[in-house]
Amino acid sequence: MSLANYILRRVLLIIPTLFGVSILTFVLSRMVPGDPARLAAGAQATPEMYEQIRREFGLDDPLPVQYWNYVTGLLQGDWGRSILSRRPVLEDLSVYWPATFELVLFAILIAVAVGVPLGILAAVRADRPADQASRVVALLGVSVPAFWLAILLQIFFGLRLGWLPVSGRLGPMVDAPATMTGLYTVDSLVSGQWATLGESLRQMALPAITLSFPAMATIMRFTRATLLETLGQDFVRTARAKGATERNVVTRHALRNALIPTVTMIGLSFGWAMGGSVLVETVFDWPGIGLYATKSALSLDFMPIMGIALLYGFVFSIINILVDVTYGALDPRVSR
Amino acid sequence: MSVQGAAPSLVRGGAPAGRSLFGLEERRRRALRRFRQSPLSVVGLAIIVALLLIAVFGPLFVPYPEDVTGALNMTQRLKAPSAEHLFGTDQAGRDVFTRVIAGARVSLLAGFVVIVLAFTVGTLLGAVAGFFGGRLSELIMRTTDIFLTIPDLILAMAFAAALGPGLVNVMIAVSLVWWPGYCRLARANVVALRDSQFAESARSIGASQGRVLFSHILPNAFPTILVKASMDIGFAVLTTAALGFIGLGTQPPDPDWGVMIADGRKYLREAWWYSTFPGIAILLTVLAFNLLGDGLRDVMDPRARRRF
Repeated sequence: MSLANYILRRVLLIIPTLFGVSILTFVLSRMVPGDPARLAAGAQATPEMYEQIRREFGLDDPLPVQYWNYVTGLLQGDWGRSILSRRPVLEDLSVYWPATFELVLFAILIAVAVGVPLGILAAVRADRPADQASRVVALLGVSVPAFWLAILLQIFFGLRLGWLPVSGRLGPMVDAPATMTGLYTVDSLVSGQWATLGESLRQMALPAITLSFPAMATIMRFTRATLLETLGQDFVRTARAKGATERNVVTRHALRNALIPTVTMIGLSFGWAMGGSVLVETVFDWPGIGLYATKSALSLDFMPIMGIALLYGFVFSIINILVDVTYGALDPRVSR
Repeated sequence: MSVQGAAPSLVRGGAPAGRSLFGLEERRRRALRRFRQSPLSVVGLAIIVALLLIAVFGPLFVPYPEDVTGALNMTQRLKAPSAEHLFGTDQAGRDVFTRVIAGARVSLLAGFVVIVLAFTVGTLLGAVAGFFGGRLSELIMRTTDIFLTIPDLILAMAFAAALGPGLVNVMIAVSLVWWPGYCRLARANVVALRDSQFAESARSIGASQGRVLFSHILPNAFPTILVKASMDIGFAVLTTAALGFIGLGTQPPDPDWGVMIADGRKYLREAWWYSTFPGIAILLTVLAFNLLGDGLRDVMDPRARRRF
């Protein structure tokens, strides 16, 4: 099967998965014991206002009809309306998604930039103090509650030292750059607004570092394990026998092969960080999907949650395809 | 979970559980030795034993029992850590040390309940899917796919919100999100053992399908699933605390580590201790179960690669 065919088949397989996700979220949204229309109408609403809101949200129809309306709506770009923001969910998602994407992207960049070199160091010094230290750091990285680490960083770097801002995406004195991608760093870079670029990097520092921890820990230990495995293989022994320096053996021969599986891990970490961003965004008041999810869940606003599940289901599926295709491209042994 | 439970894995793929080359006693000693060889696992086990003791007996010995629930003591409001209040006090003048100790019971209970539920449901469904295959298996596995496409926390939040806030609902919500992991692992293990020699021989002497699955295959499939479960207890504590932090879990005034961290957030400037100590408790718990799980893996599945 050609690569194009493979990708096409995988992309088509997303459709039944998302269909399944839509059933799951729909069932969930109808389990809600509270009455969302009552909630939206507020305590002072007259019966007429309440009835109108029920009709507006389609809560009067039988369940299968509601599901049918929901799915056909999804396909036409109608993802429902948020009770909280009173805006279409798709509009909200398109505003919040770039913020989350930017945050997750930087977190993964940090995780790779720190995790891969430390993983190499741990493998080269296997079972020596540096390796033991990296093991402890990795264990702490996956065990630490992200929402707590976030608070500690806020207390220390934000309040005590006053080095970095502790909430939001841009300070009150800075205007957002003209929207092209929605990523403030990219937009300000492209339009040459250096002050805005610096400000958005400063704002992102603490949340991105917090979010990068578990991914960094996983990537570090994974790099170590695969590199150790590769270093034990025949072609590495051959390289050593031919008199290559240890540095060359590691960087030229072993590392290239060892990093291929790490690519998979980086892809998966991206997905996990999307989940983790819920807590980090909540603590840092980062106006992304995670904060939107928390606010919606707390006010029983279910259309946004259904939308977020669908969006993340879609992004997750795309990431999986990208990981598999990259893996195939890097490792010629994986035949399609 | 006892170390003896480890024994069957040593004979995986060979003879059925309990009838291996070595005697039971010998295998038990080998397993124990392997566990003790990794000091960090022993540390993990020690922390867990301590936490369990605190969870069971702690509330009997706390310095300020009335602070476990809604006592008000405004003269003692937001006091820094001292000899009277080891971890300081909160905005209602309650002793944070007392509440962290009392929170252990809630958190550990939540962790165990979540894993028992997810483990039972997931393993049963996965075993059935792996053993019988066919359409039922397809249906089960496609369902796990759907669950696994949505990030854990988002799905757990959705379930928790739909069920209504409260600790019990949070436990149900997290188990609903976690069973697919066990289902996949159980299925993979059962498929690998389905046509093994010992399953064949059990069939050949007339054992029923159910007997082959439950008495012969599942006991041999358990070890790797148990390793996952032992690590997951810590993550279950973490996830229920996270939902408490968001506001979907334990409701005030009951002591809960996640809720305490959230409350402490409002007093970051004046009371660093308020959020800090419950967080250390969570960190220790998750760390301990991770260490234990790592050690158990070495014992039960010596061929597997260490994670840390």
